[in-house]
Amino acid sequence: MIGIEHYVVVSSILFVLGVLGIFLNRKNIIVILMAIELILLAVNINLVAFSAFLHDLTGQIFAMFVLTVAAGEAAVGLAILVIYFRSRGTIAVDDVNRMKG
Amino acid sequence: MHPILLIVFLPLLAAIVAGLGNKQLGAFPAKVVTTGALFAACALSWPIFIGFLSGASEATVVPVLKWVQSGTMTFDWALRVDTLTAVMLVVITSVSALVHLYSWGYMEEEPDQPRFFAYLSLFTFAMLMLVTADNLVQMFFGWEGVGLASYLLIGFWFRKPSASAAAIKAFVVNRVGDLGFMLGIFGTYLVFNTVSIPEILSAAPGMAGSTIGFLGHRFDTMTVLCLLLFVGAMGKSAQLGLHTWLPDAMEGPTPVSALIHAATMVTAGVFMVCRLSPMFMTAPTAMGFVAFIGASTCFFAATIGCTQWDIKRVIAYSTCSQLGYMFFAAGVGAFGAAMFHLFTHAFFKALLFLGAGSVIHAMHHEQDMRYYGALRKEIPVTFWAMTAGTLAITGVGIVDVFGFAGFYSKDSILEAAYASNSQVGSYAFWLGIAAALMTSFYSWRLAFLTFFGKPRWAASEHIQHALHDAHGHDAHDTHGHGSEEANAPAQEDAGHDAHHAHAADAHEGTGGYHPHESPWVMLIPLIVLSVGAVLAGYVFSHAFVSEGDGEFWKGSLAFSEHLIHAMHGVPGWVKWAPFTVMAIGFVIAWYGYIRNTRFPAAFAEQLGPIYTFVYRKWMFDELYHYVFVVPAFWLGRKFWQIGDVGIIDRFGPNGAAWVVAKGSTYAQKVQSGYLYSYALVMLLGLVGAISWVIAG
Repeated sequence: MIGIEHYVVVSSILFVLGVLGIFLNRKNIIVILMAIELILLAVNINLVAFSAFLHDLTGQIFAMFVLTVAAGEAAVGLAILVIYFRSRGTIAVDDVNRMKG
Repeated sequence: MHPILLIVFLPLLAAIVAGLGNKQLGAFPAKVVTTGALFAACALSWPIFIGFLSGASEATVVPVLKWVQSGTMTFDWALRVDTLTAVMLVVITSVSALVHLYSWGYMEEEPDQPRFFAYLSLFTFAMLMLVTADNLVQMFFGWEGVGLASYLLIGFWFRKPSASAAAIKAFVVNRVGDLGFMLGIFGTYLVFNTVSIPEILSAAPGMAGSTIGFLGHRFDTMTVLCLLLFVGAMGKSAQLGLHTWLPDAMEGPTPVSALIHAATMVTAGVFMVCRLSPMFMTAPTAMGFVAFIGASTCFFAATIGCTQWDIKRVIAYSTCSQLGYMFFAAGVGAFGAAMFHLFTHAFFKALLFLGAGSVIHAMHHEQDMRYYGALRKEIPVTFWAMTAGTLAITGVGIVDVFGFAGFYSKDSILEAAYASNSQVGSYAFWLGIAAALMTSFYSWRLAFLTFFGKPRWAASEHIQHALHDAHGHDAHDTHGHGSEEANAPAQEDAGHDAHHAHAADAHEGTGGYHPHESPWVMLIPLIVLSVGAVLAGYVFSHAFVSEGDGEFWKGSLAFSEHLIHAMHGVPGWVKWAPFTVMAIGFVIAWYGYIRNTRFPAAFAEQLGPIYTFVYRKWMFDELYHYVFVVPAFWLGRKFWQIGDVGIIDRFGPNGAAWVVAKGSTYAQKVQSGYLYSYALVMLLGLVGAISWVIAG
């Protein structure tokens, strides 16, 4: 029987993978966007799992909202990325350091 | 309305108008306003003086404004008019009015005239406040006011570093004296519980013999107070020790020297001692000190006067010396004689200074007498005026017949010193006689070097400059001569100069320079003052120092009838001694500067170090330099290096800046610009915050 613990473990693994994907990624920014997506999905799994477990639809509705926001965020993020690539000619993470003090 | 209000406040009004109007007003209106105000004040002053002279007037006090009412301390602005004030009024307003007029000519080419005239009028106002003061605080107001005006006027040409330095020196040295004066005022208030002069003077005899704690010891009250007040007088009147500012003050324009540093301001100390004379009479020790300082100054300044080459410096040291006469007269109790000498001295010293100014004007701002000579024919009016002044200062006169101004006042001072019959009196008498000899010598030396002998102008740089300019002009003028016959007289003159120059270059020391007599606005004051220098002694000596039980003074100063009687009883040789030494001084000067002109240099050579010592002004400037200035600089540098740079800057501004700079280099390292590190920090912060919430 697959219980709530399994869902929590999976979502935790996904979350940690997402977080590590942000920090350890040295390649390009698309990977960061994907990692963020991963984190959001981890959260979604949690929301849906607990929604089913507690018989409360609010969590599933919230998950829909998260998906919507994630889609918007991905669109905006990719658009920024395209513009950025046009102007700098690279999207390698190590070259994106213009926020330096 | 009492005329004294107009006398005192007209100059202030004029100073404000000219000073605030300044450039907008223009030079001419400013001159008219200030000079007009001064002549009006002068015209109003003489009737007051004549009223006191004839015995018709009584001392009055004209209230002006409430000033301070605090507990037991109350005093008001009030103008006191009595004999002593009346004497000072005519001296101040007359000399000031004439100096204003004289400045029309002397400062003609000066671009900043309104400022100059405003300062002059401001000075006059402050001096009038000083002499009309009814309480010590108002006197101190005037005292500081004249100090300020003097500072402003010495530094009038503030672009000249030496003038700035001299102005600062005058101000600082006067501060030393003012500290004494202030302590004296505080002490007087402490003892008498009032600052009103009449109340102090009437209470003073009751305080004689009491003691006061000062600097941890018990002293005689009156002695302490009088000595402190006298320190103030020493500063203002340039007495031995605090005299160093006066000769340097000659950096100011010459009319200023005449008005402030000869005729009026420097006599403020003498005036103050005379005003407070009943107080000084209760302190014999202080009186002895006054006489001692006065006599020493008188002698010391005269020796320096004999060696100087700068015409204004000679007269400046002469002033210092004459002030010494006044002080030792006051010190032996002859306050009337002191005031009399102040009165006559104002006329002939202002005359000598203005005359010197006229010479300087004629000689194109050359002040060194070594480059003068033979000016008698060139500037005859100045010559005669200076001669009158010289006769007056040397005290030419025949006992009981007629004498020039200085004859009466100086003789009465010397007689008083002899008649006082005390140790310090005879000290003063002998030094006074010696100074009289030197006075005669340096005054005639000045006259002979300037007006007699052969011209020695050619070597002067100033004259060279003048000639250079004039030649340029001449070329231009002679050019114009042919084409245009109707030339202005001035140009005609310049044209002559050119011819003269070629003719004279070879055989005379003139270098082709032609001194011109000063304009009439400068000569009129000289003539008026000459009349004063010739007649002031003869006309007024009876009122000031003769018998009549001091009825002229009407108790405005301590008048010792006993001393007056003693003065009349002095032996004949005492009466004739000043005349004799005057004659000797004249003969020496004549021998050294007309007959045998090589003699002075040879004599100075023989004296060697003594001459150098005197010539360098008894090394006072050097002494003060090493005793005060160098340690002050050293201390200041230490404060700067250790206190300022080492502590305040290091831990203050610089320290704060260092912390910020250092901190920001660390902070900068955190700002890598990499997204992921920011995100990591955000995550860690979030984790921390959540843990805090959960754990808390």
